[in-house]
Amino acid sequence: MSVTTHDDTHAHDHHDHGPAKGFMRWVTTTNHKDIGTLYLITGLIMFFVGGAMALVIRAELFEPGLQYVDPHFFNQMTTLHALIMVFGAVMPAFAGLANWMIPMMIGAPDMALPRMNNWSFWLLPFSFVMLASTLFMDGGAAAAGWTLYPPLVLQTGHALPFTVFTVHLLGMSSIMAAINIIVTVFNMRAPGMTMMKLPLFVWTWVITAFLLIAVMPVFAGAVTMLLTDKFFGTSFFNAAGGGDPVLYQHLFWFFGHPEVYILILPSFGIISSIIPTFSRKPLFGYSSMVYATASIGLLSFIVWAHHQYTVGMPLAGELYFTYATMLIAVPTGVKVFNWLATMWKGAMTFETPMLYAIAFVVLFTMGGFTGLMMSISPADLQYHDTYFIVAHFHYVLVPGAVFALFAATYYWLPKWTGHMYDERLGKLHFWLTTISVNICFFPQHFVGLAGMPRRIPDYAVQFAEFNAMSSVGAFVFGFSQLIFAYVIYKAIQGGEKASSEVWEGAEAHGLEWHLPSPPPYHSWTEAPAQALISDLH
Amino acid sequence: MKKTLQLLAGFWLVLWGVANAETGSGTGVGWGALNLPAGVTPDSHDIHDLHMTILWICVGIGILVYGILVYSLIHHRKSKGVVPATFHENTKLEIVWTIIPFLILIAMAIPATKVMIKVYDTSASDMTIKVTGYQWKWRYEYLTEGEGKGIDFFSSLDAKSNEARQLGSKIDPATVEHYLLNVDKPLVIPANKKIRILLTAADVLHAWWVPEFGWKKDAIPGFITDGWIKVETPGVYRGQCAELCGRDHGFMPIVVIVKTEDEYKQWVAAEKAKQDAGKADASKPLSLDELVAKGKEVYASNCAACHGLEGEGVPSVFPAIKGSKVALGPLADHVKLVLHGKAAMPAFKEHLSDVEAAAVVTYQRNGFGNNKGDSIQPADIQAYK
Amino acid sequence: MASTTKDAYYIPHKAQWPIFGSIGLSTLLAGFANYLNGHGFGSTMMIVGLGILVTMLFGWFGTVINESENGIFNHQVDISFRWGMMWFIFSEVMFFAAFFGALYYTRVLSESWLAGDSSFSYGSTKELLWQGFTAVWPNNGPGHVGGLEDGTFHPMGAWGLPALNTLILLSSGATVTWAHWGLLAENRAQLIKGLIATVILGFSFVLLQATEYHEAYSEMGLTLGTGIYGSTFFMLTGFHGLHVTIGAIFLTVVLFRSIRGHFTAKHHFAFEAAAWYWHFVDVVWLGLFIFVYWL
Repeated sequence: MSVTTHDDTHAHDHHDHGPAKGFMRWVTTTNHKDIGTLYLITGLIMFFVGGAMALVIRAELFEPGLQYVDPHFFNQMTTLHALIMVFGAVMPAFAGLANWMIPMMIGAPDMALPRMNNWSFWLLPFSFVMLASTLFMDGGAAAAGWTLYPPLVLQTGHALPFTVFTVHLLGMSSIMAAINIIVTVFNMRAPGMTMMKLPLFVWTWVITAFLLIAVMPVFAGAVTMLLTDKFFGTSFFNAAGGGDPVLYQHLFWFFGHPEVYILILPSFGIISSIIPTFSRKPLFGYSSMVYATASIGLLSFIVWAHHQYTVGMPLAGELYFTYATMLIAVPTGVKVFNWLATMWKGAMTFETPMLYAIAFVVLFTMGGFTGLMMSISPADLQYHDTYFIVAHFHYVLVPGAVFALFAATYYWLPKWTGHMYDERLGKLHFWLTTISVNICFFPQHFVGLAGMPRRIPDYAVQFAEFNAMSSVGAFVFGFSQLIFAYVIYKAIQGGEKASSEVWEGAEAHGLEWHLPSPPPYHSWTEAPAQALISDLH
Repeated sequence: MKKTLQLLAGFWLVLWGVANAETGSGTGVGWGALNLPAGVTPDSHDIHDLHMTILWICVGIGILVYGILVYSLIHHRKSKGVVPATFHENTKLEIVWTIIPFLILIAMAIPATKVMIKVYDTSASDMTIKVTGYQWKWRYEYLTEGEGKGIDFFSSLDAKSNEARQLGSKIDPATVEHYLLNVDKPLVIPANKKIRILLTAADVLHAWWVPEFGWKKDAIPGFITDGWIKVETPGVYRGQCAELCGRDHGFMPIVVIVKTEDEYKQWVAAEKAKQDAGKADASKPLSLDELVAKGKEVYASNCAACHGLEGEGVPSVFPAIKGSKVALGPLADHVKLVLHGKAAMPAFKEHLSDVEAAAVVTYQRNGFGNNKGDSIQPADIQAYK
Repeated sequence: MASTTKDAYYIPHKAQWPIFGSIGLSTLLAGFANYLNGHGFGSTMMIVGLGILVTMLFGWFGTVINESENGIFNHQVDISFRWGMMWFIFSEVMFFAAFFGALYYTRVLSESWLAGDSSFSYGSTKELLWQGFTAVWPNNGPGHVGGLEDGTFHPMGAWGLPALNTLILLSSGATVTWAHWGLLAENRAQLIKGLIATVILGFSFVLLQATEYHEAYSEMGLTLGTGIYGSTFFMLTGFHGLHVTIGAIFLTVVLFRSIRGHFTAKHHFAFEAAAWYWHFVDVVWLGLFIFVYWL
């Protein structure tokens, strides 16, 4: 297969000259690497914006009493922090990785639908501006938590319709990105690159994309009902009219549970790429990894109400959702065991990506344990809506999803920029981050079990010590990320030249390592040789 | 790599700490209270035991997983000159580590099911109390004949905590007894009786939670959910609203005083006597100044959260009272709005006594520079109800 | 590696339309939000945004149609388009699933809980909060929200206009298939006739639906605000009607392109996409007819 490129003015292909110059290059680009870069930078910026909000929260919680912000503003911060981290930082960052890596990994010239690819990115800046603008509106931003539960969210001021439309725009963007990824993987694989040869990162993204297409529309529908309940007199969530506020929760979590897997499945793929490389061994149990990912994806559709154990569902419902949720531990366990078996009898080295991958395995497993604990519905009657939950989901999302993103960045940065990053700074970033993240979130298990509810701006004095500790950890964590930004900046600016293989023996782990570092503007203009593909693990 | 090991060791010490921590009261102070309280009801004991069982199972699996990881990290590294193995699957092993977790899960599901069935069994209760969540207070109504039927009151954050928790109050919360965990009027129940708690809400979702009782449940407007408690030991138990319910979600605690059967009977008698006295008060006329003074208190605890202490409101969300059309308009409309509510404004007719309603309306019409000059007497409130 | 060989996967450069789409769509939505918040300028913003959006659609689709007719797309590009369309339709199915889910949940679960005749957990709801409410569908809730003066309303029966509409949509599914046969057999007259019939049937459906709405609002006390019945009825049939309109416009474009001589027996993705979309709205309608109108 070969590639053809067109320009509106020139009939001749333009690709030898590389990309156009200036700002319009980025606005009109259809190139998967350009769009990947845009996504990644957006993700990083939003990570700092959402992080700043987290620091407002942790500053207020440093000691009992209200010192800095009004409780209403505090609630806006918790709401926007979550929405921005989920939709602004983690999802765009994963989409950026998918854009950069999938065509290179499957031997394709670009994504299958390049114009739509541009649109799915360029909806994001507009939606984030819309979301951020709600902070300055009458009544402030939405303050009902990222779940936007009615009836509370219907008390939002002018921000409500803007928040709903932000969700619609983000949903459109995600659905288009997901369609593009699925189509690319189904239709653009190089000859010989069968589905069961795909790197796990590609597999996990295919399943993630399927989840996105299936659940984002449901979320869009649910927030549409919020809008009509508020402005058009419908009664979906109003008992007097025959509706039920809990209906929203069912719709939300039918989206929300697959959504949390959308945030973690690509991480599984990244970790499954990195551990074999630095263990110098093939991934253990490739096909069981694929089946486990698919099982997790399917299970995610039938467990949603475990977020609602306290709404007073009938007993049969509670028990069904308990059993179904517990089942998720089986495929997740398989993944962890496979990673361990991959490291077992390998020849490991510990560069920054590997350090992050190991920390991921350790700390994500911690989040997995607490997850298993709260799947047990009677016990969750205690855990629910406490800091125990906050600790749990931050363990799976920060040392989970975010660490995977750090690992991926260090792993592929030399490929993207053509320069090795500063390993010393990378390690410093790792140790500061890993220690502080635990100082921040580990104590939250204790205050949660001891009875501190979540989403409160002030707390009883017996929780003071652990909250102070947690806040210190949060600030160290937050400022450590400046090192991360600097390492990326430095690698873009220059540094030791990276070879095409970058990491010893990496060529056996993916096609991307056969392209030069940095790779050409169009990845595989000619399909990779069969030998390259058949040599992959 | 040594650092990783130290870190891991650190986790284990901390985990060990959790498991062995004093499992005493959730309202205990400082570093001792690291775990779920063992509780004072049958449900809470069961849930605590279940929690400890799962925790230990997780600790066991954790020792295995992290142990293998640490061993591998120490011995299987390139710097030791290891030549990497090439194996990449082992069907038997993979089947084993799929089936064993499954069996462990079944072992956990059985006790979980038993406990859940017990928690859900609210039948054969001795008395019933209806609990309604409001922004941001609780209302308790006793429904059972002979066990205080007719007692009906609101319970909100106590004045001292409320003063200290204001932004920039300069009051050290440590000096306030039971900061944020104290109320003006606690729920009082008898010990050793099975009490069915019915939950609902007037405005948005709330959740009623006393950790020592073992469970929390959402209060949903328009629906009744329920749970039961049977407290073994008399004492004072504290909890908080556990479902985000707006600005003052963190400031609507729950306090339950559990009395012996005799003490409870005395308390019921005293409450009844107070109720009768209150009815007599309603017929007494009050001066404008008396009404305004009383109204100011009622306003601070019932209206200020939304409409602001100075009647300034929140633009586009909660209307201001200062200079409002309602407060400066016809008296009858004002009274009706307060008693019957409208859209987000709750109805206060059952919430305020006649005296309180008359006082707060009068205060709103004459405070904040409104100076309308008119007033309404407690005796006239009934006509609007 | 020549520029326009048929065996190459076409990768466009310099897409200027997406950014127009983003600007148009966010102007439209921000305008709508301002309008809902009671700001007069909101409606102006909406018109401007819609204008930009429509321009974008013409421009973007125009570009792609030109490329297609110039033979730039090879078979693999065609397959990408097909996969893309299928997954897009799947996302639409899930959007409707949210509203069907809401209908199921309220009809089957929350109604009976409000009326207190389900599991014990909810047994007290009727006794304490909604005395006198019995869960007979259709209803507008224990508070009799909306409806006529006395709080009642007339539900929409299945066997008048809705049955006729079912017949219309099913026939239009047949005519579009007949048009497809014409296209495959290189019979352009049959293609065009089939499409004309489909488009006419499609717009008739919309017209009849509008008549039904008018009747509901003016005589039956059935509005969007008529409790849960009105909410689910109008949101489901309304979003479906919107999709029928979009589908009919889509088919109209395909009709004009057919008249201009576009499409060949082997190369007609746009026709098939329109047809798939049309069958999708057809299937959704069957669901609506059964669960909203009939049962």
